Amino acid sequence: MSATLSRRAFISASLLAGGGLLFDLSVPLARADEGAPALLTAFIRILPDNRIIIGAKNAEMGQGQKTMLPMLIAEELDVDWAQVTIEQTHADQKIFGGQSAGGSRTTPREWIPMRQAGAAARAMLVAAAAQIWGVAPETLKTTGGKVTDPASGKAMAYSDLAAAAAKLPAPDPASLKLKDAADFHIIGQSIGGIDTPAIVAGKPLFGIDAKQPGMLYAVLETCPAFGGIYISANLDEVRAMPGIAHVLPIKGDGTPESSYDGVAILSKSWWTANQARDALKVEWDISAVSGFSTESYAAQAAQKHKGKADADVMRAGDVDAALAGAAKTVTADYSYPFIAHGTLEPQNCTALFKDGAIEIWAPTQNPENGRGLVAKALNLPPEKIRINFTRVGGGFGRRLMNDYMVQSALIAAQVPGIPVKLLYNRQNDIQHDFYRPGGWHAFRAGLDKSGKLIAFHDHCVTFGADGKPSRGAGLPPQEFPAGFVDNALLQQSFLATNMPTGWLRAPNSNAQGFVHQAFLDEVAQAAGKDLPTLMLELLRGGTDPAPGADGRPVFLPSRAIGVIEKAIAMGNWADRKSLPKGSGKGFGFYFSHAGYFAEVLEVEIVDGAPKVKTVWVAGDVGSHIINPINALHQCQGAVIEGLGQALAGQAITQVAGAVEQANYDTHPFLRINDTPHIIVEFVKTDYLPTGLGEPALPPVIPALANAIHAVTGKRIRSLPITPEMLA
Amino acid sequence: MAVTLTINGTKRQVEGDPAKPLLWVLREDLDMVGTKFGCGAGLCGACTVHVDGNAVRSCQTLLGDVNGGAITTIEAVGQGDVGKRISDAWVKLDVPQCGYCQAGQIMSATALLTETPKPSDEEIDAAMMGNLCRCSTYVRIRAAIKEAAGIAEAQA
Repeated sequence: MSATLSRRAFISASLLAGGGLLFDLSVPLARADEGAPALLTAFIRILPDNRIIIGAKNAEMGQGQKTMLPMLIAEELDVDWAQVTIEQTHADQKIFGGQSAGGSRTTPREWIPMRQAGAAARAMLVAAAAQIWGVAPETLKTTGGKVTDPASGKAMAYSDLAAAAAKLPAPDPASLKLKDAADFHIIGQSIGGIDTPAIVAGKPLFGIDAKQPGMLYAVLETCPAFGGIYISANLDEVRAMPGIAHVLPIKGDGTPESSYDGVAILSKSWWTANQARDALKVEWDISAVSGFSTESYAAQAAQKHKGKADADVMRAGDVDAALAGAAKTVTADYSYPFIAHGTLEPQNCTALFKDGAIEIWAPTQNPENGRGLVAKALNLPPEKIRINFTRVGGGFGRRLMNDYMVQSALIAAQVPGIPVKLLYNRQNDIQHDFYRPGGWHAFRAGLDKSGKLIAFHDHCVTFGADGKPSRGAGLPPQEFPAGFVDNALLQQSFLATNMPTGWLRAPNSNAQGFVHQAFLDEVAQAAGKDLPTLMLELLRGGTDPAPGADGRPVFLPSRAIGVIEKAIAMGNWADRKSLPKGSGKGFGFYFSHAGYFAEVLEVEIVDGAPKVKTVWVAGDVGSHIINPINALHQCQGAVIEGLGQALAGQAITQVAGAVEQANYDTHPFLRINDTPHIIVEFVKTDYLPTGLGEPALPPVIPALANAIHAVTGKRIRSLPITPEMLA
Repeated sequence: MAVTLTINGTKRQVEGDPAKPLLWVLREDLDMVGTKFGCGAGLCGACTVHVDGNAVRSCQTLLGDVNGGAITTIEAVGQGDVGKRISDAWVKLDVPQCGYCQAGQIMSATALLTETPKPSDEEIDAAMMGNLCRCSTYVRIRAAIKEAAGIAEAQA
């Protein structure tokens, strides 16, 4: 924000048709979590009947932000929730600030700025009333969308003050006093999803429901082997088929983030276009990518484990010397496969290219990234691209990528004036994803005579290039127990692949949590302890560090101890050995996305297969649970998703550069009959509230693996879990 | 081919390819987009509608096979007694997360309670396991079915 920019410039009042007043408040505020001030706009519109319209600026994909962000504004604006109507904004980071929804980052990013926006509007309304009544603003109070004067008993609705308030300067956000938590009347209340009634009524909300006059549907055939290059196709043959409007070769830039080459088939009916695919014969050049296969990755990983690692992620002390002198050593190899997102709403996007500009209706988690890619692909200035949010039928990180947006733009640009809705079929969706990358870990740990952990080594082989991991393949340097053991070494080596990799709910952590907590369970057992005991001993040996200069969440042992103690109490861990034969409990802890989660899981082995009975979840995400009902739902969903990764049979495999799985039968997700009881409690601590989309997921997978070991004595060292592993 | 359908109580003539799935007839020809496309193979249940009172996967139900049939979709299921109880329970317990599968869930749940007013846990699982919820709202789907059926939910 320019220092000379007037705060007044962002506030406008205008007459509505019918004589009411529309009060657009766009308050420029400094961002709480970034050094440089940025413009943050919260559209607050006050209607003549004192209804308050609040703009929700992030995509809604079931994570609850469309309800939660307006709750923060409404709290400080001091209106009743029943007065509030929520509208989804469009995408424009120059107006709205950051609009990416991912990494559980929205809550910590917006906790202060959203409340400041509400408080700024409230302060202006109070100042307007003070002027009118000739009293000091400090003497006035607000409640339910009214300013009141306790001394005189006068009251005015916000709608009657809006015109006067709009003429006042917006306050400096630093000068605003936010509410004491004791005065919250919206934050901390369970408020159902704002769109729940519309969903239940079957209203059009999603990207797939977007409709424009004269719209054509498109399917896009791309090479099954990622990166295949288009040579030729029987385009004219397909063009001659009944109902087909256009058959268009699409030239991509060859990157998965933007677009590979493809052939688009357009029709007034998506079903017709999709049927026509069977007749489409494309010749692809796959010579550069046909050598990539799941089989070769496993063999390469085994070779890498025999050699020197490509990169040290973290090194402390001398692991080799410590292991040589250890009283006991534990070694084990772990692995996990590529997996797909499988959002239930297949990837889709609607675009209209007209007069050198493009308008887009996209179910995207990350619109500005899409804008940049579309600008480059169409050689358009970014301001010629308008992006409208639709509701997102499942994100899980898939829609942080915007390939479908670029593709719909490339197609629309070839048929100017005609809106085009690109929709993947399920096979496209599973076979053209950005996969959670697979990995192979070789672990070594050393214990001294007293059973104390003195050495820890992880060599993680995964995918990457130039000595760096690809998206979602990272091993963080602070991976526990690094920092809590004198001799620690975390290393990575990288395999080449043509598989696009990406972020899948709790990226990195969904895999690292499994292998690290399952291996530590082995270490604990070798030390004659259980895992929570080992964890607590290590954590109590540490101290809470000062916040890092780079603003990244810092791991605080005290908070980890808090949730571990809570979970083992909730899950009655101490009495776990009293369970009937065939049942057992396991434990897992993980710190990710600034959230601390410890989980105890009870499993019963029924006919040789694990049946999860109950999961006890203890989480610490700071000082407030803003919307308790949604917080519970996020944790339930994360736990079941994690169990699905372990139990449903998910593994993406590749032959000759292409993915083998094509639908929910070959890449399954958990169903209602495998849903356990899930009990969630939060440990509240005096820290910034952080997000809940992800951190409850990672601990459940090792908790399951460790519980299976408790019952069967079999170690689960790779995913997905198969009956043979328990036999 | 001209097909006569009774959709949500209204008779409609639909001209179309008899091999076109009912899902796409609803979404494209009748502009009723509440019924969702998920897998196109009868694996996820997002497209569930009622044909003559039975829950069917509309992506696997061809237009030519439902001539003369009575079809109920998510847009009108709440107008029936059971459908209203299910829909009300879905809102009360805030079942949806992303919401994309919920039309299919509600149609399957309504068919279940119409047939079996007080289903056991096993009957709920059997009737609902064809409906995938990628957000895993299953805990609340179970609870909402019990709420609509007037069954007290046992504590975990």
